[in-house]
Amino acid sequence: MDQAARSVTHEGKAAPLLATQGLTKRFGALTACDHITWDISHGEVHALLGENGAGKSTLVKMLYGALAPDEGGILWEGRPVAIGSPAEARRLGIGMVFQHFSLFEALSVAENIALALPPRGRRELAETIRKVSREYGLPLDPDAGIADLSVGERQRVEIVRCLLQEPRLIIMDEPTSVLTPQESEILFVTLRRLASEGVAILYITHRLSEVLALAGRATILRRGKLVATADPRVESAKSLARMMIGADVAGIERPGRPEAHLRPRLVLGKLSQPPDGAFSTALADIDLTVSAGEVVGIAGVAGNGQGEFFDALSGEKLLPRADMIVIDGVAVGRQGVNDRRRLGAAFVPEERIGHGAVPALRLSENVVLTRHATDGDIARGLVVHRAAARAIEERVGERFDVRRSGADPRASALSGGNLQKFMVGREIDRNPGILVVNQPTWGVDAGAARTIRQALVDLARSGSAVLMISQDLDEIFEVADRVAVLSGGRLSPLYPAETMTSDQIGLLMGGVHHDHDGAAPVPAQPAEPRHELRHAP
Amino acid sequence: MLEAIILTVITAATPLLLAAIGELVVERSGVLNLGVEGMMVMGAVAGFALTNTTGSTLLGIAGGLVAGALVSLVFAFVTQTLVANQVASGLALTLFGLGLSGLLGESFVGTPGIKLPSLDIPGLSDLPFVGPILFGQDILVYVSFALVAFVSWMLFRTRAGLIIRAVGDNHGSAHALGYPVILVRYLTILFGGACAGLGGAYLSVAYTPLWVENMTSGRGWIALALVVFASWIPYRVAIGAYLFGLVSILQLHAQPLGLGVPSQFLSMLPYLVTILVLVIISLNRRTTRLNSPACLGRPFVPDR
Amino acid sequence: MAVLSPLIAVALTVATTFVIFALYGVDPFRGLYIYFVAPLTEGWSREELVVKATPLILIAAGLAVAYLSNNWNIGAEGQFTIGAIAGSAIPILAPDFQTFATLPLMLIMGALGGALYATIPALLKTRFGTNEILTSLMLVYVSLLFLDWIVRGPWRDPMAFGFPNTVSFSDAALIPFIGTGRLNASAIVALVVVLALAAVLARTLKGFEIRVLGESPRAGAFAGFSAKRMTVFAFAVSGALAGLAGIMEVASVIGKLQPVISPGYGFTAIIVAFLGRLNPIGILIAGFVIALSYLGGEAIQSGLQVSSRMAQVLQGLLLFFVLACDTLILYRVRLARPATPTGAPARA
Repeated sequence: MDQAARSVTHEGKAAPLLATQGLTKRFGALTACDHITWDISHGEVHALLGENGAGKSTLVKMLYGALAPDEGGILWEGRPVAIGSPAEARRLGIGMVFQHFSLFEALSVAENIALALPPRGRRELAETIRKVSREYGLPLDPDAGIADLSVGERQRVEIVRCLLQEPRLIIMDEPTSVLTPQESEILFVTLRRLASEGVAILYITHRLSEVLALAGRATILRRGKLVATADPRVESAKSLARMMIGADVAGIERPGRPEAHLRPRLVLGKLSQPPDGAFSTALADIDLTVSAGEVVGIAGVAGNGQGEFFDALSGEKLLPRADMIVIDGVAVGRQGVNDRRRLGAAFVPEERIGHGAVPALRLSENVVLTRHATDGDIARGLVVHRAAARAIEERVGERFDVRRSGADPRASALSGGNLQKFMVGREIDRNPGILVVNQPTWGVDAGAARTIRQALVDLARSGSAVLMISQDLDEIFEVADRVAVLSGGRLSPLYPAETMTSDQIGLLMGGVHHDHDGAAPVPAQPAEPRHELRHAP
Repeated sequence: MLEAIILTVITAATPLLLAAIGELVVERSGVLNLGVEGMMVMGAVAGFALTNTTGSTLLGIAGGLVAGALVSLVFAFVTQTLVANQVASGLALTLFGLGLSGLLGESFVGTPGIKLPSLDIPGLSDLPFVGPILFGQDILVYVSFALVAFVSWMLFRTRAGLIIRAVGDNHGSAHALGYPVILVRYLTILFGGACAGLGGAYLSVAYTPLWVENMTSGRGWIALALVVFASWIPYRVAIGAYLFGLVSILQLHAQPLGLGVPSQFLSMLPYLVTILVLVIISLNRRTTRLNSPACLGRPFVPDR
Repeated sequence: MAVLSPLIAVALTVATTFVIFALYGVDPFRGLYIYFVAPLTEGWSREELVVKATPLILIAAGLAVAYLSNNWNIGAEGQFTIGAIAGSAIPILAPDFQTFATLPLMLIMGALGGALYATIPALLKTRFGTNEILTSLMLVYVSLLFLDWIVRGPWRDPMAFGFPNTVSFSDAALIPFIGTGRLNASAIVALVVVLALAAVLARTLKGFEIRVLGESPRAGAFAGFSAKRMTVFAFAVSGALAGLAGIMEVASVIGKLQPVISPGYGFTAIIVAFLGRLNPIGILIAGFVIALSYLGGEAIQSGLQVSSRMAQVLQGLLLFFVLACDTLILYRVRLARPATPTGAPARA
């Protein structure tokens, strides 16, 4: 094709910047991306929507050169290209900001950025970093060590690293999952500015409110297929959600919260814990009461002590004083996890693989993992009774709709959503008086998320106390009766959920941003009114 | 007397320094190669054999270097291409190296060796006291110091070094950025093998020019401990090696000093001090955590 | 499936041996026969097989417990040595104590000595976080030097005429022989121990705890298991078994203490442990395979004038093959290849 034809289609419109045709990728029997034909133009902010497992990450990895497609092709400015490696993608002008950052902890900001660029002088690079980062409202100190930066600041490094390569297309994978509402606003300002400069932005998310606020076009993937392309300006959250999931979003059933004067089951009194090493968060003076029949939601952005809080609650880290945690009237701060379980407490940690479950072991063995101390059938005396464990595994699988191929598979064979259902079900099956769960539905598809959230509410209403730590504000509003915010290891007071807005929560999250030119810390910006997502009752 | 002590410290420290500086680079790239003892002893037998058959110590040294590198290649293949457990593979390399060197060296036991000559710089080597110490060493001693300087510069001032450190810190991210993690590790492993081979060759060609089965006597393991002691920082490896050199030759000089301790206990000193040093270092957790490569020992399987 | 990789590894080693014989100018078939088959044909040789396999199996079973729980005890050779010394204290220091209790006491002392010596690296790991591979290894050298000193010094037999060894043990202090050769009751002890370990690992909560802590330490903590206590336990158990093997070796085929009591059993047992895939029954079989390689090495030395050190080389090679085959089978040949670009057909 000649020069003119390359940039203009036969309809006379400018050719899109990037287009895919029938792009397909399979992993064994699973078709992660099924003949996707799609495009994005200069200066367009395009959202890629879909629930967990829909194929968004896979599609994007092919665009970025990290995966090779099995079928189909990619066109860049109308020309077919083969993107064989991230370096080639970068050469074309495609930049990527990863969801789970690809940063090097032991190196400095400048060294991290240098690795993504062709070699250039150190001083020159440092100056450029300072200049560009300031220009886009994301100031950075080139000599800072990555290990010392907060999560939001690390994302800045990713973005600035991307910007310095002068990309024509920037792909962002769930960028706001680690940001406070205020930090997200700052990011949106940056993105709008880039779009106005002609940079195309492909924005992957499952947060509908952001799509409505930011995108000019939205493409929706479901189970690997492209099911719709929509204009967010005329759609609503509900219609987008329906396209994402394929049916009307069923909310969970939430019978009314019981009134006050119900028995407190989990009481935290001035719970404090010094940090464990240089990179952990200290917990300070946490007061909290969770009563029978209610779900308490602890909101907060990653990195504010959620993991440490969970470990203190579960007993994996003992507390300085016994009375810092009282379970059904018993002070257990100095006692370990199984003692707390024997009192009727149950725990579901954030990490499935390697913490909540052992991947190489079978599900029945994973039942033994958390229940050997409390279930006499499973471990009487010294011997493990496999049959009893298997019976529990089957029961949990049935009740919580854990999809597995074959009986009693290894935990590694389950998808994220199914393993999460198993882990939650394993604990709820014990009818615990208290359930503490950290990030109940991260990385889980909408169907499984619904099952899990409903189970949490049902458990609470049957008389248990449920404490849920979650970074997903939508989830908090959907499930919790009362809400508090964990920020920097400290807990805010509790508020009834219906009286809170996400802006108020955002402010409680704090968020003092350091201005890296050495000036005094700048308080968080007040948020603009945002769409609120509510499911149908 | 002092001069004699210093000279023996240098010769005791050099093989440790050579092996340790090589292993430092390997570990910086995220690979734990426990096979240093095996690579060293292969270097020793190759160095001795080649020196004896060709009459040239320089060829012997070169042979030791090559032997160490070749043996490390097996380790590299098994752990990087086949992604086998690094600890077990390193042990396998050591056992294999000890066995193979014993086999190859059988015919050389008892044969007198040729000693690596000291450099004789006219004028400078004749200076009293300072002369022999600073200017009268054999070439490998100077090579060992040059290596420390080279590694220090390379790791922290060059792009290649930056890539090595990145790979050792987060091989997933390095791969995502398009860096050839496995190739980088193959190269560092080969470098480590060559250095260990040189260290072993030093033992059989310069330290005591003869061949005895298992003549490394655990020096390879001490070299591994030295890397931890140095917190993966090159110049600290030199300090550690010389401290160890001091400890290990105490047994040679203790008798003239009239200490009544049985020789076996004096021989235990290097090993006991190694344990002590390891404990002290592990007490300082922050420095260890900041400097130890995060991916050390973890297998890397790229998804495609 | 689990059996496949050790089988392939053994097959590869046999094939390599074939090639090495050919390179040496020896008839490879004859060489393989002498190496692998001949030792099995004669009665005394079969007994030797059991004698050599016993310490290997006993030590390796203990190492399996340690490795399964991610505690890398590389110092079994040292625990073997200290166990031998500890158990030998009775016949050497109290040679007149000759009752039916003598031998059992010696065995207990041996196991205790090995266990205590092994808790040194364990405690260094739990209290200070020190790498146990290096510490347990350093202690091997220390123990060998200690043995050398004690045999040439305080415990030396004054009537030994220049030979550095202790007095020979009385009959009450020796393990009874079975059969006509050197086969003795230590084989029975080893068998009992291995079967007991197999049951513990497969059926009990302790066995579950060992496996979980080895696979996912954090999940183990979540289950209420203590990684630190497991470290001490694992080292104590593997040290005890190594120490037991040590005193049994000394009290059976050697009959006294001398400067060299082990041809590297503690290290070879590591190979046995991996070849047996860290499973006690597998280790039982693997121990015999490796013992056969020792005998074969001696046989080709006398029969074919090929160095017996060949055995050690082949053992090291066998371990490499086991590791390689393990990975190939478990990960289904996911050989790491550099990224290859894929062309996309243009469509109009």
